Amino acid sequence: MRYSGLAVLAQGLTGNRGWRPAWRDPAPKDAYDIVIIGGGGHGLATAFYLAKEHGLRNIAVLEKGYLGGGNIGRNTTIVRANYGLPGNSEFYSHSLKLWEGLEAELNYNVMHSQRGIINLFHSDGQRDAYARRGNAMINQGDDAILLDRAGVRKLLPYLDYEQTRFPIYGGLYHPRGGTARHDAVAWGFARGADMRGVDLIQNCEVTGIDIEGGRVTGVQTSRGAIRAKKVGIVVAGRSSQVAAMAGMRLPIESHILQAFVTEGLKPVIDHVVTYGMGHFYISQSDKGGLVFGGDLDFYASYAARGNLPMAEHVMEAGLTLMPMIGKARILRSWGGIMDMSPDGSPIIDRTHIEGLYLNCGWCYGGFKAVPASGHTFAHLIATDRPHEAAARYRLDRFATGRGLMDEEAKGSQHNLH
Amino acid sequence: MQIDCPFCGARDIREFTYLGHETYIHRPADEAWSDAWNDYLHNRENPAGMTRDLWFHGSGCGAWLVVTRNTVTHEITGVELAREASRHAG
Repeated sequence: MRYSGLAVLAQGLTGNRGWRPAWRDPAPKDAYDIVIIGGGGHGLATAFYLAKEHGLRNIAVLEKGYLGGGNIGRNTTIVRANYGLPGNSEFYSHSLKLWEGLEAELNYNVMHSQRGIINLFHSDGQRDAYARRGNAMINQGDDAILLDRAGVRKLLPYLDYEQTRFPIYGGLYHPRGGTARHDAVAWGFARGADMRGVDLIQNCEVTGIDIEGGRVTGVQTSRGAIRAKKVGIVVAGRSSQVAAMAGMRLPIESHILQAFVTEGLKPVIDHVVTYGMGHFYISQSDKGGLVFGGDLDFYASYAARGNLPMAEHVMEAGLTLMPMIGKARILRSWGGIMDMSPDGSPIIDRTHIEGLYLNCGWCYGGFKAVPASGHTFAHLIATDRPHEAAARYRLDRFATGRGLMDEEAKGSQHNLH
Repeated sequence: MQIDCPFCGARDIREFTYLGHETYIHRPADEAWSDAWNDYLHNRENPAGMTRDLWFHGSGCGAWLVVTRNTVTHEITGVELAREASRHAG
């Protein structure tokens, strides 16, 4: 059924008896043209765009748990296109444009809120770096405004402007950046894919990938064998385990990234704000909770929970920047499993096995990428050619050293990003 | 998390810096082909479960350690000096 204000009104007047489940719960068939392993944001978006853009119908998404139960359900929901490196710049720009039309396209309220992002800077050098980044964003066709201290103060009067250690010099303002409701993004793509005939199969763990003569022929699952002409792996933190089923070793190390939310408060933080001198960024959810996070714990982990030193660091950084949140009580903290690549950028590529495609390496930035990741991965799977917005996300860039995508200029080895 | 340093005893994780999987102490020969170097620098088993990785006791004795550890539970089951682990490996 189509969602609309009128439908809500009509259902409200008739006891809400007409609502139907947003997607089916089909049993797996014996064979599909395309199997997507992973029913998270990226996998569901891939299936949606395969159906919508390429007219393909005989598709299954296999999810070992429930739809959207991984990183799409445990992130800090920020959507932005503020990258500077060729490759990343056009990809995230592409993604933001897809975000801006997403609710109409999905007929689903993903609560995309372009409230603006302000990256604070605290020194002359940092100002130069952000000015350069802002210019790169403008050259890409996106928006960026360099604010001085007074400009920031007008937007964010609640910051501590008196601190002497890391004084606020200004901020890079990205008005089209913002947040979205993370679960709704997964649900919207799931419903859109299901409506177009994609089978979304939950509680179906892939246990093996069948390969004959260098070509993928299907997958083994906890719900039986499924034949497939093409298989896409899009499983974030578990990429190494699934790729190992095809005999591959990936340039991926899975790390823990923590995030936190406070009790619900009245509206107090109107934007997304990032601190330039400590690992802290914050926004306020529509429910009122302050949602904030920091950096990786910086050791390999699948625990989906972190340790206290990083929690303490994040709290300290937050209170340094905005002392007013000191009395807010933390409601929850959680950790996501980040598929970290050596250069900090993702991989969307074919593999050496015919018909097997790989989408991974999203590091700590996968949420904003969901629409473009799905869109470009679907293009790759359907046409066997990379989409121009994702053409640089090659798997072989580490082996050859050509086209490394080191956005932070830290190097191309594990544990640097 | 605490790591039981062979020299200093059990110390808080704040004192240590993580480098990565113990792959790093099995360095390919200088004349090895690029495949071996790519594998050494980039490709990883990335196990969900027991792993062995390198930690540096920078705020303590300065020793490089190989820590045997479960990446799912964060349980640490063994700590040895990297130079000894390297010697055992040949």
